[in-house]
Amino acid sequence: MTEWRDNVDSKKSSMDVFINGLIKENPTFVLMLGMCPTLAVTTSAINGLGMGLTTTVVLVLSNVIISLLRNVIPDRVRIPAFIVIIASFVTIVELLLEGFIPSLYSALGIYIPLIVVNCIILGRAEAFASKNPVILSFFDGLGMGLGFSAALTIIGAVRELLGAGEIFGYAVINNALAGICSIFGAEPIEYVPISIFVLAPGAFFVLAALTAIQNRVKRKRGEKGLSTDKIQSGCVSDCKSCVNSACNHI
Amino acid sequence: MLDVVQDLLVLMISSSLVSNVVLSQFLGLCPFLGVSKKVNTAAGMGGAVIFVITLASGVTAVIYKFILIPLDITYLQTIVFILVIAALVQFVEMFLKKYVPSLYQALGVYLPLITTNCAVLGVALTNVQKEYGIGFSIVSGFSTAAGFLIAIVILAGIREKIEYNDIPESFKGMPIVLITAGLMAIAFCGFSGLL
Repeated sequence: MTEWRDNVDSKKSSMDVFINGLIKENPTFVLMLGMCPTLAVTTSAINGLGMGLTTTVVLVLSNVIISLLRNVIPDRVRIPAFIVIIASFVTIVELLLEGFIPSLYSALGIYIPLIVVNCIILGRAEAFASKNPVILSFFDGLGMGLGFSAALTIIGAVRELLGAGEIFGYAVINNALAGICSIFGAEPIEYVPISIFVLAPGAFFVLAALTAIQNRVKRKRGEKGLSTDKIQSGCVSDCKSCVNSACNHI
Repeated sequence: MLDVVQDLLVLMISSSLVSNVVLSQFLGLCPFLGVSKKVNTAAGMGGAVIFVITLASGVTAVIYKFILIPLDITYLQTIVFILVIAALVQFVEMFLKKYVPSLYQALGVYLPLITTNCAVLGVALTNVQKEYGIGFSIVSGFSTAAGFLIAIVILAGIREKIEYNDIPESFKGMPIVLITAGLMAIAFCGFSGLL
């Protein structure tokens, strides 16, 4: 049992696994996993980054522990066992955030405990950590987590830029406008933010644009005859497979 | 007495319409986008969600009040709630299959999809955060789920209509559904004037 489980991926190096999670199988842009937090907390770049890093910590820790216990946990109860491990780490991280970074804790609110039901974490536990050795699982968690963080930060930055004219709290657009106006010696123009982008509907529109871009990339690759297996068709299929894999075993 | 009724009414309107679970809190997005192709299936999913969330918010509220608080282990709420919900959904499925086959026929397919629906855990945690009692938790659970039913049925109705529309190639499939959801979210913003 142990042998075949470990042999499958003996060729992979840690770096490959890390890059794979970060870019090739980016959980948000390519796999379209974990859409609830992606939409809910990306009202600003800093919130997106905070959520991403929090998820990364949980993902790395749960991947390491699940990988260590992969030969101990019986196959039939593995999903409940994974959920308990993940929920424990989420609770630890939540308490740490409440104690040390209260501003982020209040900004993310209920979405911190909801990391438990994030498809990415259970998905990686099931698909990678339960079949691979500790070091590889660590780098897989780190790559996937940082890929998720990067994606959330980018989406958050886009929404913050359009919705408030700022990135990480710096008034980028107004400063740029002031700079341009001063060159021509004109009165500085104020940027009028499209505030719908930081509200709930904006999240749907940004994600719609994102999936449309993804569809286009997929179609172009399909025309060139390249493989598109890895690129998912939107959050639906993944959530279903994630749900199914979870449900068949609880 | 009147105060309580008023509070309950405000709670029902705010959790079903004003802060709609999918359109403003983004919980339960997967079934919202995944099972909304036909009005019938959407209504079935909505029914199953109402059933499970109402039950789960009652059970978690009882467990919170009578087990977690007396033992002073409220920090374990996330772990306890997710396990309770997973077990509950499984139990409901088995119970309906054996004793209420007609209801199982109607909701059975959707029940497994609900286990990892973040709305269930989300509602349970919100109830605790807002310090609702058991009665208020059940009402809040029911009306949140009713909000889900309203949203998913409307989306399914719109999707049935736009099925044959001429949509730009890249926007076919999920993107146009997301844009529809975004427009619905704008419409639901209007409800905030109610309270």
